[in-house]
Amino acid sequence: MAQEAIVQSAVPTRHVPMAARKAKQQRWIGRTILYLVAIAASLLFMLPFAWTVFSSLKTPSELYVFPPTWLPNTPQFGNYAEVFTVAPFGRWLWNSVIVAGISTFGAVFSAAITGYSFARFRYPGRNFLFLITLSTMMLPAEVTLIPLYLLFNKIGWLDSYKPLIVPAFFGGGAFLIFMMRQFFMTIPMDLDEAARIDGASYMRIFMQIILPLSLPALATAAIITFIGDWNSFLFPYIILNTKEKFTIGIGIKYFQSVASNIDSMEPRENLLMAASLMMTAPIILLFFVAQRYFVRGIVMSGIKG
Amino acid sequence: MAVRTITPKPGFNMRKREAFAGYLFLLPWLIGLTCFVLGPMIASGYFSFTKYDVVNAPEFTGLKNFQDIFTKDRLFWPSLMLTFRYAIIVVPLSLIGSLLAAMLLNQALKGTAIFRTFFFMPHLTPIAASAVLWAWLFNPDVGPINYFIRNNLGIADAPGWFRDPQWAMSGLIIMAMWGAIGGNTMLIFLAGLQGVPQELYEAASIDGAGPWAKFRNVTIPLLTPTIFFNMVLGIIGALQVFTAAFVATAGGPAYATWFYSLHIYTRAFKYFEMGYASALAWIFFFILFVFTFIQFRASRRWVYYAGEGNE
Repeated sequence: MAQEAIVQSAVPTRHVPMAARKAKQQRWIGRTILYLVAIAASLLFMLPFAWTVFSSLKTPSELYVFPPTWLPNTPQFGNYAEVFTVAPFGRWLWNSVIVAGISTFGAVFSAAITGYSFARFRYPGRNFLFLITLSTMMLPAEVTLIPLYLLFNKIGWLDSYKPLIVPAFFGGGAFLIFMMRQFFMTIPMDLDEAARIDGASYMRIFMQIILPLSLPALATAAIITFIGDWNSFLFPYIILNTKEKFTIGIGIKYFQSVASNIDSMEPRENLLMAASLMMTAPIILLFFVAQRYFVRGIVMSGIKG
Repeated sequence: MAVRTITPKPGFNMRKREAFAGYLFLLPWLIGLTCFVLGPMIASGYFSFTKYDVVNAPEFTGLKNFQDIFTKDRLFWPSLMLTFRYAIIVVPLSLIGSLLAAMLLNQALKGTAIFRTFFFMPHLTPIAASAVLWAWLFNPDVGPINYFIRNNLGIADAPGWFRDPQWAMSGLIIMAMWGAIGGNTMLIFLAGLQGVPQELYEAASIDGAGPWAKFRNVTIPLLTPTIFFNMVLGIIGALQVFTAAFVATAGGPAYATWFYSLHIYTRAFKYFEMGYASALAWIFFFILFVFTFIQFRASRRWVYYAGEGNE
């Protein structure tokens, strides 16, 4: 932002000689083109949303009128309420909040503990274990999906939330561990040493020095993990069977099949669009609230990776 | 008493304590790594040599699964090729698109934050939701896209998109572009662009370099690590494409979007051929590994690290 201000104030405005004026004119044209491109691109990105919002407010008969219209005659806000009666949509939202919330907490906390170990302690095999950790990032989910399913089948965890929650408490995955470690390494070691001399235990240093200083990194990790959990599809899809237990991602898939071939012949795309918007809204809201942390996390992963 | 902690002899003890504490903090992850990553990997490696239908115990069949995959599976090669075709189109397009978008956002335009948010919102949309949404946009009869094609472009014979084997893949690619161009890749590029020292541009200007020369000889070389990072992640992600196709087209029509991960999924969780599907998964892992390895090897030729040896 600061850079922006400098660039703008650096443009002189008075007593411009001819050549400079021409250059300024060219610059102005260039800028205008850039704005037009940016606006056009924004429209391209946003139009699908607009169409979805308008579709979600239409009556069933309006959905299939030809030629198609943008705006509904009278916005049917009731469609949003109807989603909750056609399918257990409220349950699904709530399930997702609980599952994503608990597993985010588990993943971030345990990734922090693991990152603390990798960043702050010297012990034989540390670098090797860290390398193994990093290399698991390359592992495609397809390889572990089948044995995990079989494992959870064997111990009777299928169709419960345990497979979605419990593993998160054991390290939270390589990416989060890496992120935490990188962040902890930027915290000066002197703080730990001073606390050690004062007789603080390692756990106390972690809880009272490292964690409080890492709030931005923790927030970033939490947001990225929560969004990932909210959006996750394949794993919950193979684990959960009972309709009432669905998380929102698989709920949408279920709703899609209901919307296209339910006993009534009435098109239901308006409800489907309302449902998918309601699935997206919490994520976008979260993004607006915590944009700063979010962007930083993405950038951190890209630059240091 | 304080002096004691500095003397060397108890220091040895302290090192032991430190190592012990380090392992202790690592313990949850070691358990997780064993139970949820390495253990399952070994199990899946074993299953790939067996016939296993979940109900009966796995039965060792040697290399039969692999033989069947390469000789009898009529969907193996097509799904693999389809997945590659998808990646070959999606990865370069999204890299170029994101780089252009990032450069646009790096021009210090007023309202950059708003533009960035607009660009980024598709990426935030859960893939299941965006698949549902695009299936509706691509509706051949009443969708806005075909209406635009018919009325504004004057093409009467508009594509059937997800209902047409010829066009389903293009539909998925457009959908992927929508979510990818303004997404994480763009943000990473943006950070990379902001990391290019201004002096280099100034020096290039003094040497008489125009915008293109600056882009070609300053921006691109300094951005190669970022391009490489985005490329590796992009390829891994594109080859694993699942949810979009599963929700939007279910692999159809006529297997036109039957990606490799859909093939694995179907064999494992529709037919419960866990051994066979594990073999498929391991072949996939091997391909990804080789691919990534080649990229890292090739990267030495074209990726330029300005701060080499800084860390």
